[in-house]
Amino acid sequence: MNTIVCIKQVPGTTSVEVDPGTGVLKREGIEAKMNPYDLFALETALQIKEVKGGAITSITMGPPQAGEIIYESFYMGVDEGYVLTDRKFAGADVVATSYTLSQGIRKISNYDLIICGKQTTDGDTAQVGPEVAEFLGIPHVANVGKILNIGKDSITVQMNMEETLEIQSIKLPCLITVEKDIYTPRLPSYKKKIQTKDKKQLNYLSIKDFTDSNEQNYGLNGSPTQVERIFPPEVSKEKIMLEGTSEDLSEKIFSLLVEKKFM
Amino acid sequence: MLKINQEKITEEIKKELMGICPFGAFIEGNNGLEISAACKMCKLCVKKGPAGIVEYLEEVKETVNKDEWKGITVYVDHLDGKIHPVTYELIGKAKKLAKITNHPVYALFIGKNITDKAKELLCYGVDEVFVYDFKELEYFVIEPYTNAFEDFIQKIKPSSILVGATNMGRSLAPRIAARFRTGLTADCTVLEMRENTDLVQIRPAFGGNIMAQIVTTNNRPQFCTVRYKVFDAPEKIARASGNITKMELDNNKLVSNIKVLGITKKEVELDISEADVIIAAGRGVKSEKDMAMISELAELLGARTACTRPLIETGWFDSRLQIGLSGRTVKPKLIITIGISGAVQFAAGMQNSDVIIAINNDPNAPIFNIAHYGIIGDLYEIIPGLISKIKLGDSLVKAVV
Repeated sequence: MNTIVCIKQVPGTTSVEVDPGTGVLKREGIEAKMNPYDLFALETALQIKEVKGGAITSITMGPPQAGEIIYESFYMGVDEGYVLTDRKFAGADVVATSYTLSQGIRKISNYDLIICGKQTTDGDTAQVGPEVAEFLGIPHVANVGKILNIGKDSITVQMNMEETLEIQSIKLPCLITVEKDIYTPRLPSYKKKIQTKDKKQLNYLSIKDFTDSNEQNYGLNGSPTQVERIFPPEVSKEKIMLEGTSEDLSEKIFSLLVEKKFM
Repeated sequence: MLKINQEKITEEIKKELMGICPFGAFIEGNNGLEISAACKMCKLCVKKGPAGIVEYLEEVKETVNKDEWKGITVYVDHLDGKIHPVTYELIGKAKKLAKITNHPVYALFIGKNITDKAKELLCYGVDEVFVYDFKELEYFVIEPYTNAFEDFIQKIKPSSILVGATNMGRSLAPRIAARFRTGLTADCTVLEMRENTDLVQIRPAFGGNIMAQIVTTNNRPQFCTVRYKVFDAPEKIARASGNITKMELDNNKLVSNIKVLGITKKEVELDISEADVIIAAGRGVKSEKDMAMISELAELLGARTACTRPLIETGWFDSRLQIGLSGRTVKPKLIITIGISGAVQFAAGMQNSDVIIAINNDPNAPIFNIAHYGIIGDLYEIIPGLISKIKLGDSLVKAVV
């Protein structure tokens, strides 16, 4: 069972603010880290490998420094890693990102299963996994909460829906996106770090390595959506601040609840 | 694309540009300052950077004929024909958007034994319901559902498609958007229509810390997903006048590589997204035993208890009770937040609540930016006081009755 895990480097914190005056993002101290949801995808792949054997490949799209998270995946136990990096990838939206990943995966080619995290903490769209599956022409199941069985030609999973849990058996190759908490992610191992250092090489791929090398399909050119502007979130208009003794405040909340007919 | 005028670059300008870029996309390359793949094309370097250094060059693309694409479609989210209420909220929004362009409002209904339930949609003012009713569509499996959706788009050519951001919608919409290689904007909180049929989509990004306005100007259809309880459902209309159209689909479009082996109902009592009144606790609540007082207040008000992410991490709450971007989005009639500072990730999950009462001892807590009533004080004194007043009020009422 060969598995590919799609991972992404995201800002270390989401608590960034837009300066309302200038419209510029304040970015003090934004460190990069692996998207936390991807740790669950990696752990799922590692659990499957422990039972079924095979190799795990991690893949990411981003600037060259995104290779850091590929190394991190090595320290968890991943066998091989790819960074898709090219200036032409700049400005990619969901479609362009998914297409780029699908081209990278086609290049790697030897896989039975692709695993993605639920979503990223910076984009929050949860859309890249399904789009990658579409571009590869393979079935997908999102919101996988449990892996129930791994057969030779299929994998059985439990899918989390709003009101139901569905058990689905999917023919391989396929793509799944996993819920957080599907397994508890292991920490990167110091031993593996020592073993890996200098031995494992990152593979870098750019447009010229892909079957489709038409620049129109990547980055901003390949992105149907355009961000017209970014701005800080609104603050509510109707606002009443209450201060005073705790006794007064309790009384005021009580009157408010009565007035608004909540009691 | 972005063009950097290298000859004008100085060390100072380099620093300035690196400072402006929120994504750290400027890097030192062989040919001077370069833009890496980290670039999100927010164009802040063009707008806020020193003039004439970074330029945005518009590229001419083949343009779509927007007149060929007509109608706003709502995808009907349902379980066994039981329609998810987000569908009605989207129909309400679609009707408002359609007025601007004078387009019809369609509903796309995919499933098994659903045709008779399509009438319900007409009562909300849909002009035409397109039904794909096949036994193979009994369960939501991705390939046949995508194929039916594709068939609908090819035959009807709708301009915009609104999909509920349920687990089903979030799996299906990207699949179909990728098939048409068109734009899909997730979790929109504001939708507006331009006269040229471009759908203006506003959504929180970066964990809700910034809002992004997104358009798909050169592709059709244009897709978006919207979470439940972001928009209001319309009133039912007395006389429904729309049509129901049964659609055909080739058998080979109905095959799947996925088999559904079983479905079980989830326990529903943990779902907070339907609650009318919510008491939410945050880090200001110091220990687990203090939860008794929160629960007592909730019980007195007929409310559900919920919490912020840090309290999930303490293990005091089931993770399904978390409000926020990584938890549930709620829109109750009343939410009382107790000891919650109001990080944007939390706020994004509840800021559309009808009435927000926030109790916090820090007057600078960001929760007060979104609260309708901000109570600055000690929750450990205010809550017990409030509880005894409610109890006293109750006993007075009972005494009078």
